[in-house]
Amino acid sequence: MSFINISADGVELSTEEVKRYSRHLILPDVGVEGQKKLKASSVLLIGAGGLGSPLAMYLAAAGVGRIGIVDYDTVDFTNLQRQVLYSTEDVGKTKLEVAAARIKGINPFAQVDTYNEPLTSYNAKKIFAPYDIIIDGTDNFPTRYLVNDASVMLGKPNVYGSIFRFEGQLSVFGMPDGPCYRCLYPEPPPPGLVPSCAEGGVLGVLPGIVGTMQAAEAIKLITGVGTPMTNRLLLFDASEMEFNEMRLRKNPNCVLCGDNPTVTELIDYEVFCGMPAHDHSTYNNGVVEESDIEVRQMSLQTLKSRLDAGEDLLILDVREPHEWEISNLSNHGSFLIPKGKVLERIAELDPNVEMVVQCRTGGRSADVIRQLVPHGFNNLWNLDGGINGWATEIDTSIPTY
Amino acid sequence: MSTIRIPTPLRQYTDGNASVAIAGETVGAALQDLTTQFPALEGQLFDEGKLRSFVNIYLNQEDIRYLNGEETAVSAGDALMIVPSIAGGK
Repeated sequence: MSFINISADGVELSTEEVKRYSRHLILPDVGVEGQKKLKASSVLLIGAGGLGSPLAMYLAAAGVGRIGIVDYDTVDFTNLQRQVLYSTEDVGKTKLEVAAARIKGINPFAQVDTYNEPLTSYNAKKIFAPYDIIIDGTDNFPTRYLVNDASVMLGKPNVYGSIFRFEGQLSVFGMPDGPCYRCLYPEPPPPGLVPSCAEGGVLGVLPGIVGTMQAAEAIKLITGVGTPMTNRLLLFDASEMEFNEMRLRKNPNCVLCGDNPTVTELIDYEVFCGMPAHDHSTYNNGVVEESDIEVRQMSLQTLKSRLDAGEDLLILDVREPHEWEISNLSNHGSFLIPKGKVLERIAELDPNVEMVVQCRTGGRSADVIRQLVPHGFNNLWNLDGGINGWATEIDTSIPTY
Repeated sequence: MSTIRIPTPLRQYTDGNASVAIAGETVGAALQDLTTQFPALEGQLFDEGKLRSFVNIYLNQEDIRYLNGEETAVSAGDALMIVPSIAGGK
């Protein structure tokens, strides 16, 4: 029982649809029956970003009858390098408005449902309920655990895809005969150990490759073709062009889908992972309070006035060298020590001298301050908003990224 | 000697190497050799000497949790793999 049960009873294909789907209809394993199942099926996409773009477009083209999309974002210039649903002229529009129009343009027979809100423990089950398949294309750990748990609780397959830099993962979780995401990853990594795509970067075509593979898995589950990725994990490395497949097993001790589950209701996934699920979140990373180290914030305006007044302030940039290449405050004397090297090179810093610590938006620099304070540094400021803030509010000749 | 595949997020700790040749007759010994070659990996993989719970180690396609854990025997030519937690999608 590696597939899902979609009934094609009573579903008809119009002459227009027969023509549109002819390359599926003559494909022996899909045929008219498979195409009718696609028409009768419903798929929910979590996220309309890098993975969501090819997913939405190919599933619509393939004839999936009902496509739901959850996303609250607006289109941004930094999205265009990989999120092929969107055009330059769409920047500033809500993603769902553009995505729905694009899907309708590809296939007017598709029903598109849009959920312009962050996915949370309060709305997840309600949003998931009408759909046959859930496809996870989110960008953070709290939402990944939420999608997994809600899918398992409702007995729905979760077509999983994940990307980072040059590397992708693919599997099908939540089938009765297979594992869930928690069987593979019982616990999330501690906050800060695994950077996000926004910090780590991602090859633009990577979500295209992984997202289309997710779409293939969804179509297989619906039509009953081939062998789905249940019980398998595909690891794809675009830099070496390597595909590796690992065997997965349902973990009998899994707290969610094991023999004696202890997670039976959706929990607070931001607390579970120790990080916010989205940038509208009010979650305040508990690590700050635990470390008991107060990070003093310096506003962009304050830094500007002090530099304008001719003060000789030290500015420590803790980003990576390739980020420094994009933008830096070297005209104000800033110097670079990447976050991971700061403790190693601590001898280069004078703990008694006043210093402003700066990164892209202010997160990593706050972490560095928390690392330095226990070593006797008592005059540090975190630049609130980082260099992107500076480039937006103070010096617009500097690019943001 | 066996080889271990290093996932993208960890390559910054292995001088960019995608795969590293390691010695050791068990998974534990082989990982020890890996962190001896690249000490910066130690904190990424281990917490006070214990393999971190979110780090998945596979030997020839099989999760070592379902073999003999870190005691699992490693033969010459075996392929070890670190399967990372990644969450990107946007």
